[in-house]
Amino acid sequence: MMRTYAGHSTAKKSNELYRSNLAKGQTGLSIAFDLPTQTGYDPDDELARGEVGKVGVPVAHKGDMHALLDGIPLGEMNTSMTINATAAWLLALYITVAEENGVDAAQLQGTTQNDIIKEFLARGTYAFPPGPSMRLIADMVAYTVTEVPKWNPINICSYHLQEAGATPVQEIAYAMSNAIAVLDAVRERVDQDLMGKVFGRISFFVNAGVRFVEEHAKLRAMGILWEELGRERYGVTDPKHLRFRYGVQVNSLGLTESQPENNVQRIVLEALAVTLGRDARARAIQLPAWNEALGLPRPWDQQWSLRIQQVLAYETDLLEYPDIFEGSKVMDGLVDELLEGARAEMKVVAEHGGAVKAVDYMKSSLVDSHRERIRRIEHGEQIVVGLNKYTESNPSPLIDEEGGIMTVDPEVEIQQREAVAAWRADRDQAAVDAALEELRRVAGSEENIMGATIAAAKAGVTTGEWSRTLREAFGEFRAPTGVGEAAAGGGAEDDLASLRDEVDRVSEGLGRRMKILVGKPGLDGHSNGAEQIAVRARDIGMDVVYEGIRMTPAQIAASAEQEGVHVIGLSILSGSHRELIPDVIAALRERGVDAPVIVGGIIPEADVAPLKQAGVSAVYTPKDFDLTAIMRDIVALVAERHGATASA
Amino acid sequence: MAADGTALGRRLRDGDLSAAAAVLNLVESRTPADREQTSALLAAVSPAALGGEAKGHVIGLTGPPGAGKSSLLSELTRAWRARGRSVAVLAVDPSSKRSGGSLLGDRARISFDPEDRGLFIRSTAAGERLGGLAPATRAAAQALSAAFDVVVIETVGVGQSETEVGEVADTVAVIVQPGSGDALQFLKAGIMEIPDVLVVTKADLGDIALRARRDLSAALRSVGSRDTHVVAVSSISPPQGIDELIDALDEHRGRLDVPARRVEARRAGALADFVVEHGERGLRALGGRRAALKRLEREDPGADVPALVTTLEAEL
Repeated sequence: MMRTYAGHSTAKKSNELYRSNLAKGQTGLSIAFDLPTQTGYDPDDELARGEVGKVGVPVAHKGDMHALLDGIPLGEMNTSMTINATAAWLLALYITVAEENGVDAAQLQGTTQNDIIKEFLARGTYAFPPGPSMRLIADMVAYTVTEVPKWNPINICSYHLQEAGATPVQEIAYAMSNAIAVLDAVRERVDQDLMGKVFGRISFFVNAGVRFVEEHAKLRAMGILWEELGRERYGVTDPKHLRFRYGVQVNSLGLTESQPENNVQRIVLEALAVTLGRDARARAIQLPAWNEALGLPRPWDQQWSLRIQQVLAYETDLLEYPDIFEGSKVMDGLVDELLEGARAEMKVVAEHGGAVKAVDYMKSSLVDSHRERIRRIEHGEQIVVGLNKYTESNPSPLIDEEGGIMTVDPEVEIQQREAVAAWRADRDQAAVDAALEELRRVAGSEENIMGATIAAAKAGVTTGEWSRTLREAFGEFRAPTGVGEAAAGGGAEDDLASLRDEVDRVSEGLGRRMKILVGKPGLDGHSNGAEQIAVRARDIGMDVVYEGIRMTPAQIAASAEQEGVHVIGLSILSGSHRELIPDVIAALRERGVDAPVIVGGIIPEADVAPLKQAGVSAVYTPKDFDLTAIMRDIVALVAERHGATASA
Repeated sequence: MAADGTALGRRLRDGDLSAAAAVLNLVESRTPADREQTSALLAAVSPAALGGEAKGHVIGLTGPPGAGKSSLLSELTRAWRARGRSVAVLAVDPSSKRSGGSLLGDRARISFDPEDRGLFIRSTAAGERLGGLAPATRAAAQALSAAFDVVVIETVGVGQSETEVGEVADTVAVIVQPGSGDALQFLKAGIMEIPDVLVVTKADLGDIALRARRDLSAALRSVGSRDTHVVAVSSISPPQGIDELIDALDEHRGRLDVPARRVEARRAGALADFVVEHGERGLRALGGRRAALKRLEREDPGADVPALVTTLEAEL
């Protein structure tokens, strides 16, 4: 099945995009939701600022869902929804829209991603604490297995683990441990004779990097482990239920901002990793766009990704043979090696009490692996063409005046704010209140959450209201940052030592140790960059305040003031920097904090000058891979800012 | 530009909570000009200037990593704020021995409203002394207790470090999680000072927490402590035991001879500052720790720390 991951601006605009993609030969839908929808906030919430309609489509209530799916035959469509913390809610909206269009829930086909552990580990769009989150997932599995039997209620994601730096062994081990946590929770909520069916409905969403031979071996290893798990732990016997089913989005972490055209060949090779051998071939593939590291891809960029798949499928002879690695000693040896490593790591997770309890352990292991990856790139031990080698290039004709990316009109957010307010004013409030009251009661009980959730969807409840009710029942949660436990040792020891001396010297002048606040404003959960900056700053001797993701500009400003930091580093990868960075700076100045601000993330070239105008001292993008060089800049910046005043 | 310590002290006396960040920036600074201003600040909030001991309740909160201190602190601050008390948290984190830098992570786990001036959180690195207090923490606690209703010093460790916290705090609460035998053994062996309040976290674990609470109460009785409250709490929603803990802390403060404890705290603080400056050699010149403390006991009980340090230095 071929899809492209799509959705932006408004439900109506995204609906047009889906219809045009279906006309181009796409065979399923893959809905990208914006961050407020993914984390359970309405478009007019303070935290949603700058994010409405950015990385996906905003869906605040059943009216939006109706507009999104208008004219699409839901009875025949296979729809993949990238939704996790609020998956139960979005599925309820999907069921509601289907039923209100006369399509029975039993006919619906598709997938909700619904994997919460990787949100704590890597992606950051969680909403509730681990325990209640697992309960929501188990409720959905138990509900769909009888009521929406063709639905894949969960997609165990190893994709994002690799994006967060996981090695192949970690990717396999953590994904399998995660599946065990889910299945164990479901086992308590369904009849034992349904477990085969439940097992058969669990699918995976994996990653494939450019080392495509090893990556292919990884997928074969996962298939073996999965079958073993089904037979031994859950007593599954039907071979149909035991098959390892997975979809794939190939690696984005390895895509570069410098010479971005090279990403096309990376994507092709990564696609081979998941298609080469028939015994471990992906069932559904999404390819990223060549310009992801620059900003949001345009429809044309996505079309190119779809065409790559079509060439592979229809022009090459890839699909004509049985498994081409059968009997290969090299492949079997690789698979065995990965299996051995993965089994050992799964044991460690089990010793921590399973995936839910081992979140802290897994998170810090991932931060460590990613630090090692960056170190290898910094030292040239891992070659990335166009980034740390062969960097000379002619100007790219692919990049137009707008920077070769799509920009979302800021008007969209204003319209959506007004639209959700109008929706609230226009509905039967008594019915909404009653539905929320019932939801609250069910949340506090042992009952399955789906019934009350679907009733709330039908009553016209909003995404933010559903989530707030559950947040109140389950408690707020902040995920571990993983940086506290991270081992030291990034850049070359000589460079670090000389920087440490410099930090000591500047600190002497400041009167106290140089202190940095690393902040992630808004809903963007991609915390790799912020984590690596935090760890490296510590390693050169700074005191580092890092509070994790999802901070409002006001919170960042309050922390900066209370902590008395000398410099502030902000990281944004979701595209909301144009709104949020000036907001943070305004909030800082309002509190009388004049410390310099630097920004890192996916920042298109065209946005650099306006950010600097707003008061940003320096901007770093994915092409700036040398963390030690960034640190040297930061230390110099602090010295310069305080040099004039430190002597008084 | 050096801050004006006297002016900051005046702001604290007037209950201006927004002075807290500037106070910390000053007391953490080691430049000679700033240290002079720190002395001025402490003089401006000394018992003499205040007409009595500072009103704030200085609470030491300590326990091993992973015991649930930060989550508990988050619930505690929420409850104190709900009771209308202003709270300053001084979170002390260990530093990396190798680089001297540190990752200050506790702040992340305490939820706060940025518009609320009644809650102040500052993280500090412990510096070279593992498990000990950051050098500025004593001064900060003394200064902030003039303006805030509650000043919490949060440190890591079980065994040695709470001794040091005990020198600064009015009330020391030790946090342990059920199933960790260390606290029990330390108590029985006398390695650990007897805390004023003992908190068992993760009460949601049910029987295990109840058993831990019972065992700790028995251990306390066996070492002859009748006054120590043992409170079981859970920070997982819905939180349990938080109000009971606040009552236990208040109750201890109510029984306490605050002026006596504060005088001791200032004397111990002056001695610590003296040692930082003049080392063990300086201490020997005074005839040792005991003689130095005897010398300080002759001073006015209301004297502030810098004045006491000056007294000791005059003996050199």
